Amino acid sequence: MALLEARGIVRTYGSVVALDGADFDVEAGQVTALIGDNGAGKSTLVKILSGTENAEAGEVTLDGNWVNFNNPAAARSHGIETVFQDLALCPHLDPVKNLYLNREIKRSGLLGLLGFMDRKAMRDHSVEVFTDLGATVRKLNEPVGTMSGGQKQSVAVARSAAWASKIIFFDEPTAALGVVQTANVLDLIRRVRDKGIGVVLISHSMPEVLEVADTVQVLRRGRRVATINAADSSIEELVGAMTGKLDEEAA
Amino acid sequence: MSTPMKTSSQDIQDMIKSEQVSIIQRITRVQALQIVLVLLTISIIFSIMAPDAFLTVFNLRSIMMNTAIFAVLGVGATFVIITAGIDLSIGSVLIFSSVISAMVMGNLGASGWTTSLIGLGAAILSGAAWGWLNGVLVAKAKVPPFIVTLGTMGAALGLAQVLTGGIDLYEIPTEMVDTIGFGNLFGELPNLVVLAAVVCLLGGILLHLTRFGLTTYAVGSNPEACRRVGVKVDRHLIWIYIISGVTAGLAGWMSIAFFQQTSIGGNSMTPLTVIAGVVIGGTSLFGGIGTIFGSVIGLLIPVVLQSGFIIIGVESYWQGVVIGIFLIAAVYIDGKRRERAARGSGRKPRRLQVGGVQVGSTEKEGIK
Repeated sequence: MALLEARGIVRTYGSVVALDGADFDVEAGQVTALIGDNGAGKSTLVKILSGTENAEAGEVTLDGNWVNFNNPAAARSHGIETVFQDLALCPHLDPVKNLYLNREIKRSGLLGLLGFMDRKAMRDHSVEVFTDLGATVRKLNEPVGTMSGGQKQSVAVARSAAWASKIIFFDEPTAALGVVQTANVLDLIRRVRDKGIGVVLISHSMPEVLEVADTVQVLRRGRRVATINAADSSIEELVGAMTGKLDEEAA
Repeated sequence: MSTPMKTSSQDIQDMIKSEQVSIIQRITRVQALQIVLVLLTISIIFSIMAPDAFLTVFNLRSIMMNTAIFAVLGVGATFVIITAGIDLSIGSVLIFSSVISAMVMGNLGASGWTTSLIGLGAAILSGAAWGWLNGVLVAKAKVPPFIVTLGTMGAALGLAQVLTGGIDLYEIPTEMVDTIGFGNLFGELPNLVVLAAVVCLLGGILLHLTRFGLTTYAVGSNPEACRRVGVKVDRHLIWIYIISGVTAGLAGWMSIAFFQQTSIGGNSMTPLTVIAGVVIGGTSLFGGIGTIFGSVIGLLIPVVLQSGFIIIGVESYWQGVVIGIFLIAAVYIDGKRRERAARGSGRKPRRLQVGGVQVGSTEKEGIK
C-alpha cells in the first residue's frame, strides 16, 4: 500500500472540470513525478493534497487512514509540506527566521510565556538542517532577499524538509534556476528522498523528471492516464502519455 | 552534483564565521546609525553656533519634553509601518481619547490619583477601540489602510468636537498635571520623558525580542508567505492597529497632563510629523524594515532643528522645509536600496536593510 493514496478526486471551477476522478499515489522514500500538459490538473491536485483547496468528491488515505485536509495547517500537522513555486519566503528575514516562521521556539518558563524566543536553539538547529541537506546557504544572518535564486530555493527546500515527516510537494522547483542551481536542487530532492520522505515533483522538464524520479504519474484532462517506471522510460514516452498520442497509437 | 556534499564542512565553517562577526556587523548595519550621525551633526553645529544656549540642561530638557509625546505615538506608528500599513488617525485618536479621559475625570470630580488613573484607563480604552476599528477595516474588510485611517482621522476628530461642542476641557486633576506633566525624576529628568522612554523600551522589546515582533516583520515582508505557514495575518494586523490606538490614547492622557487641557484644534499636523520621523528613522513604508530606536532619533530631529533655529535666530518655519527634504531623502535612499537588492546577488549587500525585495520583484528576478 502506498504512503498516500488519492482516489477519484473531483474538482470543478464553474463549468471547467479541473479534476475528473483523478487517482494519485505517493510512496515513501521515492520521488514521484507528476506531469501533464497545461490544464491537465496538476496544480489543482497538489492544492487539494496540500490542503489549499477542497475536493468535491473522492477520498485520500495517508498510511491507510482516511484523511481530509480542510486547510494547509491540517496537511502540515500530518507531516505534509509544500515548496511553492514562488518559494513563499519573507525576503527581509534571515534563513533561520524563515525556517522557523510561525514555528519559533519559545524560551522556557515565564519569558517563553511572554513570547521571548530561544534564538540560540533555533540557530543551532538551522545549522544542522542546512548542513544535513548540504544546502548552499552560507549566511545565516543575511536577509534571504539579498541571496541568489539558488540559495533562496535551498532555504525553502530546507524549511519543508525540516518539518515534513511524510511528504513534500515540489511545485516546479527548478523553473527559475540556472544549470548549476538546478543540479543542486535535484541533489537536495534526492537527499530528502533518502531520508525516507515521499517526494512529489511537479515539473515541465522531462530530462529532469527522468533524472530524479522513480515513478512518473501522468495526468491528462483531470485523470491519471499512466504510471510509468522512470528507469525504463524515455522523453518520447512521457510526452506521448501527456499528449495522448500513445492512446491513439494503441487504438 | 557532488559540489554541495564536498563543501558541507566548508559551509559549517562559513556559517560559524558569519555568526562570529555578526555582533559588530549588526551594530554598523543599523540604518539608524546614519541618522544618529545626522542628529549629532545638527547638534554639533548648533552647539558651536550658540554654545551657551543650545547645550544647556534647560534646552535639552525642553527638547526631550517636546519629543516625548511624539515618541509614544512613534512606537505605535513604527509597528504599523513595518507591516506596510499607515495610521493617519493617531492625531485625532489622541484628541478623542483626551476628550473622553477629561470627561470621565471631570465627572469624577477632577481630583486625586484614582481619578487620574481611571482617566488613563479611559484614554487607553478609547484609543484601543479606534485601533480595533482601523484594524478590522484594514484586515477583514480589505480597505487600504490609507483610506481607513483617513476616514477614522476625520471621524474621531468629528466625534470629539460633537462631544465637547468644539470647546476644550480644562478640568484635569492637579495630581497628574504636577506629577506626569511637570514632575521630575532625580530632580532633573522630566517624568513625561521617563514615561515615554519606558513606552519606547517596552515597544522595542516587543518588536525586537518577541515572537509577536518577528511576526510583525514577517507580515510586512510577505503576508502571503505568512498565510501559507499558518500565521493568522488578519488577527495580527488587528493587534498592530490596536497597539497604535493604545499609544495614541496614552499620548492623549500625557498631552492633557502637560497642557492641562484637551487640544482639539492642536493636532492636525501630528500624524504627519510622527510618520515623517518614523520614516526618517529608517522604517520602510514598504514594510519589513524598521526599529523603535531609529524612530525616536527620527522624531528628535525636527524638535532639535526647531529648538536650534529659534536659538540661532533663524525663523523656525525653516524647520518644515528641512524636515521635508530629510523625509524625501530618506524614502529616496530606501528605494535605492530596494532597487539594488532586487537587482540581484552579484554585489555583496552592505547593510542588513538591503533585503528590500518585494514578492513581485523576487519572481521577476527568478525569470531573468
